[in-house]
Amino acid sequence: MVSIKQIPEAILPDGGAEIMDMSQYLDIFVEESREHLQSLNTSLLELEKDPNNASVIHEIFRVAHTLKGMAGTMAFTHMTTLTHDMEDVLDELRNNRINVSPEVVDVLFQCLDALEGYVSVIVSTGQEGNEDNADVIAALSRLMNKDKPAPQTQKEAKSYFAGGKASSNGLRLKLNIYDKNVIEKALEESMNVLQIYVELDKKCLLKAARAFIIFQILDKNSEIIKSDPSVEDIEDEKFDYSFTVLAITKHDDAFFKKELNSVAEVRNVETVQITTRHTENIREGKNEEEMHDSGRQAGAANSSSVTGTASKSPNVKRLTNKTVRVDIDRLDVLMNLVSELIITKTRLEDVGSGGKTNDYNQAVENLERITTSLHDAVMKVRMVPVETVFSRFPRMVRDISKELKKDMVLHMSGEETELDRTVIDEIGDPLIHIIRNSADHGLEKPEDRKAKGKDKTGNIWLRAYQDGNNVVIEVEDDGQGIDIEKVRKKIIERGLETEEAAAVLSENETVEYLFRPNFSTADKVTDLSGRGVGLDVVKTKIEALGGNIELDTVWGKGSKTVIRLPLTLAIIQALLVMVGDEKYAIPLSNIREIGDINPSDIQLVRNKEVMMLRGMVIPLIRLENVLGVPARETPENKKQLTCVIVRKGDRLSGLVVDKLIGQQEIVIKSLGKLLVGIRSIAGATILGDGNVALIIDVNSII
Amino acid sequence: MEAEKKQFVVFRLGDEEYGTDIIKVTVIERMLNIARVPTTPAYIRGVINLRGDIIPVMDLRTRLGLPEKAEDDDTRIIIFDINKIVFGTIVDSVSEVLQLEESKIESAVGIINDSSLDYINGVAKAESKLVTLINLERLISELVPELS
Repeated sequence: MVSIKQIPEAILPDGGAEIMDMSQYLDIFVEESREHLQSLNTSLLELEKDPNNASVIHEIFRVAHTLKGMAGTMAFTHMTTLTHDMEDVLDELRNNRINVSPEVVDVLFQCLDALEGYVSVIVSTGQEGNEDNADVIAALSRLMNKDKPAPQTQKEAKSYFAGGKASSNGLRLKLNIYDKNVIEKALEESMNVLQIYVELDKKCLLKAARAFIIFQILDKNSEIIKSDPSVEDIEDEKFDYSFTVLAITKHDDAFFKKELNSVAEVRNVETVQITTRHTENIREGKNEEEMHDSGRQAGAANSSSVTGTASKSPNVKRLTNKTVRVDIDRLDVLMNLVSELIITKTRLEDVGSGGKTNDYNQAVENLERITTSLHDAVMKVRMVPVETVFSRFPRMVRDISKELKKDMVLHMSGEETELDRTVIDEIGDPLIHIIRNSADHGLEKPEDRKAKGKDKTGNIWLRAYQDGNNVVIEVEDDGQGIDIEKVRKKIIERGLETEEAAAVLSENETVEYLFRPNFSTADKVTDLSGRGVGLDVVKTKIEALGGNIELDTVWGKGSKTVIRLPLTLAIIQALLVMVGDEKYAIPLSNIREIGDINPSDIQLVRNKEVMMLRGMVIPLIRLENVLGVPARETPENKKQLTCVIVRKGDRLSGLVVDKLIGQQEIVIKSLGKLLVGIRSIAGATILGDGNVALIIDVNSII
Repeated sequence: MEAEKKQFVVFRLGDEEYGTDIIKVTVIERMLNIARVPTTPAYIRGVINLRGDIIPVMDLRTRLGLPEKAEDDDTRIIIFDINKIVFGTIVDSVSEVLQLEESKIESAVGIINDSSLDYINGVAKAESKLVTLINLERLISELVPELS
């Protein structure tokens, strides 16, 4: 599937050029790129809100730099060029030579999109593709060329610094007060401070590549705090044949001499051990010629300028990761094992119920405790906060807002709510669709909103929270809501109901039609929505995840979409019941209470059976009818009926069963691909005796 | 040159012998308890527990329009796997595995006149008997339309 990635003329320390197989690194590259791009997204949004936030700019620079290094290692030249140009602009930004204007932020967002584009292509083809994003590159260089007169030429003049002659004490680099501080601190900690001067062969063809290798070696064994010319210039090959670095290290100079001399095409390596002798003459205010970018305010009276000049290697090490990436297949294996364990435990319980002894009871209790904890632990590993899905929405809303020329703002809450990994992967697209609907069809234009007395900025709320055994995700807007009458007309138009039938549909029932295929009341088809292919797909996807979706609306005020998703996918507490001669399981989370009723308490409303429960009218559902259970051979005339009161959201219903068996922990198993879409059955479970009991899908029965 | 040979699992329904391509056969099991599943077509008897997995089971007699028969010691469930869709069919008994040459397989058109023609790939002559070859994908096409 993935072709072998080749780095032409990859230069190895021994000077030989080899074709390297990079395909094994593709996975890591993609994963890490995605994380960086995500962080870039968040930072850019922050920058937009707070253009003077220096630390955000630094963060963005850091990410661009890291991405550049990664792209360079994988020989993705387009990506490398783009990130390199981004870096130039970001460098100007962090040095206050360019101001953060909306135009700048827009261009940076375009860069982000271009980079995401590259990663997509890499995921599907293993290569970065041929898109060179020339327009984005041009936009970046336009930003660079604005108000940049003198410093440019100064930079050029300086960058061809030949490294020249060393001063009398052997120093080639001019050190300032900040360097002195860093050096003296390092010396205090008994580290070596070395000035390392490297001269390349004049016949060297790829100077930048050689320098890269040298910097790799230096980075592995030391911390580079100063470099002349600057690291960026060296990467751009803006140096003659030599450069000098100041490095803090545990190794001695002989080590570096040996290492660096062994790199091909290196002609000469000179090292000078820096001591306090070299730094004692440095005073505040004197000798403050920084080797980089003179003309920049040297006034930053903290060590930030020192860190600014410190070279950063292309692969900045991340802060210690406290997480581990786990292959999801391995998790599935774990899950299966835990499931088996639970089934076996249940079997044991059945077996032992004959002659119980204290020891036996204790052992089973222990087992119970352990399996429950194990199950919880494994489920937790699969759980991911919805934030990973929610995080791209602010950007999306921002873009839509510009595209539709409507003012709108997205409020998010509950991002820390967790969902199973497989659900997270699937829930993104449906949510995008619903949010787009709110933005496109729900929210009105600013003028219209003002005319209605609303705030001209539209609001969309995205909330996630836990409710019992479910996770609920809500999308609410304060737009115009849904015109129920328009929907009713469309239902009649489409021939889905007669006029009379359509007239008696309740609001909720009418709105349900929007979830049917090809149903849209939008007058125009916009790029975003209106084709009528969306909501039915959304509903199907959500139901496939074992959840359900409801739409509430108030004409003129707004709409709210509520999605319910099951929290755990595999193991739940359930009530086992008999219906006829068949065993069924009802998830405990749906059950409100259980009780017996007299047949005489059942009344008829509109030809449907109901019962009274503490003043509430509760519809009754006879499971034997719904499930088509064959009648028992010897029907019992029962004095009392057993009724399980279940709830779906706010609604209660009573399920009439024949007998209660007991509460049990069960493992949910899918019915398989062949029997997908069976209403009223959520799955099956294997009982302790090896027989199969079907699990009732309460939501579809009520 | 040896003619193309394919292997078939041959089973009986009543007096007749039927066969399916062996590649799609996973395992042959004795009869197991079947749990009924509501709102499924009549030819789906229900689901079984096969070593921890839930597998739907089809009554092949019903599917092919044959009268029902009580199960006995010879009744078997053949488990198939078509593109990761796993299901079983109940048959009266399983006879053997046959190697058949392509050339010995004839079209069933003209021989079979009823609706079961839909599910039949052809009729094969093997030694002294005729084996009706079943198209498995068609058997489940109602439930999984994208297969056929």
